[in-house]
Amino acid sequence: MPVAGEKSWNDLSGPERRAIRFAKWLEPEGVTFRDAEAKAAYKQRVSRLIDAVELEKAPDRVPVLTKMGFYPAHRAGLTPYDAMNDTDRALEAWSRATIELQPDGLISPLHNTMPAKAFELLDYRLYDWPGHNLPKDAGYQYNEDEYMTPEEYDHLIEDPSDFLWRVYLPRVVGAYEGFSILSPAYDMVELPFSTAHIGPWGAPHQKDGFERLAAAGREVGTWAEKVFPMIAQMQGAGFPDYWGYATKAPFDFIGDSLRGTRGVIVDMFKKPEKVIEACERLAPLMVRWALAHTTVDSAPGIFIPLHKGADGFMSDEQFRTFYWPSLKKVLLGLIDHGFVPWLFAEGGYNSRLEAIAELPKGTTVWMFDRTDMVEAKRVIGGTACIQGNVPLSMMHMSTPDEVTAYCRELIRTAGHGGGFILDVGANMESPKEENVVAMIQAAKQYGAYS
Amino acid sequence: MAHDLVEALVHMKEKEALSIVEVSLEGGGDPNDILASCSEAMQIVGERFQEGSYFLPELIMSGEMLKKIAAILKPHMATQVASEAKLGRVVLGTVRGDIHDIGKDIVGFVLDVNGFEVTDLGINVPEQKFVDAVRDLSPGVLALSGFLTIAFDTMKSTIAALEEAGLRNGLRVIIGGGQIDETVRAFTGADAYGADAMAAVAYTKEMAGAK
Repeated sequence: MPVAGEKSWNDLSGPERRAIRFAKWLEPEGVTFRDAEAKAAYKQRVSRLIDAVELEKAPDRVPVLTKMGFYPAHRAGLTPYDAMNDTDRALEAWSRATIELQPDGLISPLHNTMPAKAFELLDYRLYDWPGHNLPKDAGYQYNEDEYMTPEEYDHLIEDPSDFLWRVYLPRVVGAYEGFSILSPAYDMVELPFSTAHIGPWGAPHQKDGFERLAAAGREVGTWAEKVFPMIAQMQGAGFPDYWGYATKAPFDFIGDSLRGTRGVIVDMFKKPEKVIEACERLAPLMVRWALAHTTVDSAPGIFIPLHKGADGFMSDEQFRTFYWPSLKKVLLGLIDHGFVPWLFAEGGYNSRLEAIAELPKGTTVWMFDRTDMVEAKRVIGGTACIQGNVPLSMMHMSTPDEVTAYCRELIRTAGHGGGFILDVGANMESPKEENVVAMIQAAKQYGAYS
Repeated sequence: MAHDLVEALVHMKEKEALSIVEVSLEGGGDPNDILASCSEAMQIVGERFQEGSYFLPELIMSGEMLKKIAAILKPHMATQVASEAKLGRVVLGTVRGDIHDIGKDIVGFVLDVNGFEVTDLGINVPEQKFVDAVRDLSPGVLALSGFLTIAFDTMKSTIAALEEAGLRNGLRVIIGGGQIDETVRAFTGADAYGADAMAAVAYTKEMAGAK
């Protein structure tokens, strides 16, 4: 990690680290600006976002971001299947979306153009994707199941990575099946012990897995060689990236991907102490996960999709017992590293606002979907930046005038005094283009502060 | 026994509930009484969910406990229990292109404990499968679920397919899911939308003329 002035990174406080990340965000490494105008536009947009996040002063105007899934493909006449099977055309579509719609941040292709072929090669079973058990015009979707048994909490808690490598991955990804016969990596620290670990790598069926992994790796490599330059190019055109990486709430990590909704809920009643212990164990690893993929030059936001803590998914008492304590540790850990946790509270979060108000001021962004924005502004407006929440139904079916009126009202109420980013409530897939334009225009036309 | 079993189930005490069931059966208890207690307990769980003191976890845990009790009872059930009179039949499913099931399952559970006979067609259900089910089962209400925006279109095409098959008249269609609201209802041609499972039950009861 770099040195800031006299102090090394390790000696800096969270706010000092964030200040460095923000400064680097304003002057991004490895970005060539198209021209002076693009550079000025970039800086203005980043400053606008920083002001909205920090809550120290209102930005020049309400920033506007555009949460979307496969919409850039849709508007270019491509299906989600095309987006995941034809990188060149997909990236062209994503570039055009940013350039033509002109939001305050780039529309990232990272989470919708991943090469389907890699997942086919790997026999990746956690998701279905367009053309693979789903129609070509549908987005990828998760296959919920109990991929971890209730008896395996102890292995997960004692040694999470070992559990993931040797137990979990062989179950959920075909190419990793051979890893189930490997011994723990501890064997390798002593030559006389190492044979126990080395031997299973030579089992005949490992070869097929290795070959598939290597082929999938090449697919992703080819994609990455195109996608990252495209992102830099969009920054160079004046549109900042804002998420450096992503992580998850520990309870969701377990409930979404390991035990499944039913599994984790039954565990809440039958082995509550194990669920809590596992969440606590995973909390620092969720921070480390984001750190592993970022440098001080990365965009400061860390995207966190929230699932099982929403209104209705559990009571307040259950939220306070199972969900929030470890998530709060993740957030405070990320904040201490100078990141800005950028949470997507899909569904409603009306009953959780009091918890959010416990966080340090000006350190997080909360993207709301069905949450009451006026109430959110009242309860957490002094704590966090709020983002949202034009309903997707409106983007699909209303008129531009209706969208404009809705946005003006949001700006007046949720946007009052700053700390607000205008956006839709959840990912757009096939909205009316004129409604997207109306939303973006509303921020520019009616969002000026002072 | 009966009261203890209801208590144990309502308080999510699985071990206790299962042991009460086993002790009762060993003592020559009537499996039908056990089932009646289960039904009473689920009624209470459903009420608590509807009034907002129980949430998804209690619904799911109740379902899990019932499954286990049903497995214990099975060998003891000499004759089929006469099913109680139901308020009406509801066909339920997540529309094509969408594989989300949690919301659909909640609605199914709450309708069931409120006395409806629920036929769940599952997830990613093609239009034709809904048409066939409506034709074969003649439900009073069809409930379409969807979490993704792709469901806006497939709810619409499902309802259109029912119209084309001449099955729309007299059938009440209610839709629900993450992004569903009045705007989507109007777009799809459904009769109603439910903001949550309780709204779905209220509507279905109203349609069945029940209180």
